[in-house]
Amino acid sequence: MFGKLGLDDIPYHEPIIVVTALVMALGALVVVGALTYFKKWKWLWTEWLTSVDHKKLGIMYFLVALVMLLRGFADAIMMRTQQALAAGGSEGYLPPHHYDQIFTAHGVIMIFFVAMPMVIGLMNLVVPLQIGARDVAFPFMNNLSFWLFVAGVALTMISLLIGEYGKTGWLAYSPLSGIKYSPGVGVDYWIWGLQISGIGTTLTGINFFVTILKMRTKGMKLFRMPIFTWTSLCANVLIIASFPILTATIALLTLDRYLGMHFFTNDMGGNMMMYVNLIWAWGHPEVYILILPAFGVFSEVIATFAKKRLFGYNTMVWATACITILSFIVWLHHFFTMGAGANVNAFFGIATMIIAIPTGVKIFNWLFTMYRGRLEFTSPVLWTLGFIITFTIGGMTGVMLAVPGANFVLHNSLFVIAHFHNVIIGGVVFGMLAGLTYWFPKAFGFKLDEKWGKRSFWFWITGFYLAFMPLYILSFMGAVRRMQSYANPEWQPLMIVAWVGAVLILCGIACTVIQFIVSIRDREKNADITGDPWDARTLEWSTSSPAPFYNFAHLPVVGSVDTFWEAKKEKGMAADKPAQYEDIHMPKNTVAGPIIGLISIAFGFALVWHIWWLAGVTAIGMFVAFMFRVFNDDIDYYVPAAEVERIEREHHKRLEMQA
Amino acid sequence: MTTQTVNQHESHAHDEHEHHDAGAMKVFGFWVYLMSDLVIFGSLFATYAVLMNGTAGGPSGADIFELPLILISTFLLLFSSFTYGMAVLAMHADRVAQVKGWLGITFLLGAGFIGLEIYEFHHLIAEGFGPDRSAFLSSFFTLVGTHGLHVAFGLIWMLVMIIQLYTKGLNDKTRPRIMCLSLFWHFLDIVWICVFTFVYLMGVL
Repeated sequence: MFGKLGLDDIPYHEPIIVVTALVMALGALVVVGALTYFKKWKWLWTEWLTSVDHKKLGIMYFLVALVMLLRGFADAIMMRTQQALAAGGSEGYLPPHHYDQIFTAHGVIMIFFVAMPMVIGLMNLVVPLQIGARDVAFPFMNNLSFWLFVAGVALTMISLLIGEYGKTGWLAYSPLSGIKYSPGVGVDYWIWGLQISGIGTTLTGINFFVTILKMRTKGMKLFRMPIFTWTSLCANVLIIASFPILTATIALLTLDRYLGMHFFTNDMGGNMMMYVNLIWAWGHPEVYILILPAFGVFSEVIATFAKKRLFGYNTMVWATACITILSFIVWLHHFFTMGAGANVNAFFGIATMIIAIPTGVKIFNWLFTMYRGRLEFTSPVLWTLGFIITFTIGGMTGVMLAVPGANFVLHNSLFVIAHFHNVIIGGVVFGMLAGLTYWFPKAFGFKLDEKWGKRSFWFWITGFYLAFMPLYILSFMGAVRRMQSYANPEWQPLMIVAWVGAVLILCGIACTVIQFIVSIRDREKNADITGDPWDARTLEWSTSSPAPFYNFAHLPVVGSVDTFWEAKKEKGMAADKPAQYEDIHMPKNTVAGPIIGLISIAFGFALVWHIWWLAGVTAIGMFVAFMFRVFNDDIDYYVPAAEVERIEREHHKRLEMQA
Repeated sequence: MTTQTVNQHESHAHDEHEHHDAGAMKVFGFWVYLMSDLVIFGSLFATYAVLMNGTAGGPSGADIFELPLILISTFLLLFSSFTYGMAVLAMHADRVAQVKGWLGITFLLGAGFIGLEIYEFHHLIAEGFGPDRSAFLSSFFTLVGTHGLHVAFGLIWMLVMIIQLYTKGLNDKTRPRIMCLSLFWHFLDIVWICVFTFVYLMGVL
């Protein structure tokens, strides 16, 4: 009846998990209680969960990502605490089977359920506005993508309370992840969580690729697109070309585990190194899916706050395109020690080093944009400056790792950990926090508090250097990654320094939380009435904040990269009121999206625990829900011109009142 | 009042144009999806190439492939692509009855293909050459089976389209869907030609 699931699978004998479960239950209770007390369930369902509005989906992506950041960071500080304690014979407080689950969950959550939804959330919020579109190409699919992502999150969180998570590391290398060495359900949670959310990501990639290519407003040629849209386009190309490899690879691992096949086993003709090749053929492009949009954010931020046209727009675009292509021919640098031979290693080593060239071009573009600009030191600019320095250091250690000879020494050591946190925190996290601060007023109509934003930045950056620079040193002292405990007591002082760094990052996160609270409290004071709080350059700032659900009453016409900026300088800020409004064609909300997403949680759960009847029922359920959508023709409507006029008038009235 | 109606009319006429674009955008989006699907098949072909000699003492391709049977199923699928093409031509000529007819024939041909594949798989498993026998057989079953699953989904989709032709007829919602299914169907044909060449023909050589 319940497959492999039994009462023993609920880890009530592990105090850490029980406390976590209680805290989670309490949090859920508060949310449910508040929704019920304020009678907000219907509002939540009709305004948010079923919404196909790209801006709302973007906000929901970011919200889930921030919640998951707390979870992923809890894992991080537990690991740092363990390593600060477990020296010279001490076992610390986490037993190996628990510690191994934590580093696996930390990696998976931070990449798939924090960094990815932040990037995709920002793309959702910003790209259609930047290209002067009213929505994405396939609004229903956009909602469905979000819910498939939520299903992946849910399955990963459920694994904490029912059963276990993988103990294999975030990429579940075979044969360790095979059924022989990982007979539990941990790897199965990993499989279904990533498979379901990965399909959502592929759909997002297709959606935004088509949106950017087909829905740009009049006059916006490719080389007039804002840089963030360019980097998003390249990231979506990478998603379309690489995520199917992940889907296929996970499917093959699934067949090995569920049907006893022999793709990655070390007997019966299987080839375990093929797994590592396949997973990194996806995995390396994946890091560029994360970093390219972050580059886009920095480009927008620096051009806006330096009050200058971005230096070298064309080279920035070509550098992005180069990185997109190169990212597909470097995957082998993740396993130089596999023994592919000197020539193969040399090829991939050189290809990897070449990536430093377009990246360097970008760094100089940002520097020259600031040069002789009037740089305002707002918190998005601080994140950008922190990024330029930190990412450059991370890039240089990356080039060190790209030398195959050096890699044989550094492989699997803490050097690798320090390097990729150097580029992911310094690049992606800083980029997303800069983007959050920069576009927050567009989403909500008021700015975030600057004081707490700056505090957050200073805690993050000092915390980062204290937490990860010691790891470079430790790696030269011989420390490897994924240690539950270690014998050498000389490592302990630096491990404690790293722990202090993690605590500072915790303060940074706390500052962000306080920043939200303070900003919501002071929302009247920080209100953005003009829709253009930063005196910025791109189209998203030409509409009101928050943008109306149809984005633009009249689709703008574009004549150059900086059309909006030039118009402002020529005509002043006064937005011209059109003589007449038109009916606007918009998509209707969808019930099928959330329903399919919620059923897919049960579907994944059933497959994890081998509850075959439930898997069958839920599969049919998803099909039926989808058919309801397919046979429903009532999916769009017209916003009457009068309604558009009313909304626009209100905005203009507010503008005049402020003036 | 009169001007307003005229304007209304104009703006909707403008949107008619947008509707037309929506259909074209769907077909373009489906092209992009097919390219991502192609990456899945590419991964599976690469996997097959790596593992085809991993027979682990079991049979190799030459021992188990029955070319005459495969030739029949190949012709079933190729011919079904032709009949689907006829369905699209009928759609362009707005002959709904003919579209239904050709889709029906395509469905039968596709079902025949699936039937033969099930027979082949069942036969192999019954002889003890199932996908768990060796890495070669794992990759063979997965590659061919993934194509078969796609065809099966295509058949379900075709049924849905036939039903929609009865309930809705040809309109700006069903037309792009029939076009997308057409792309899907020809795409699967091309993939099958690769399977036939690289797996079956080269396996027997």
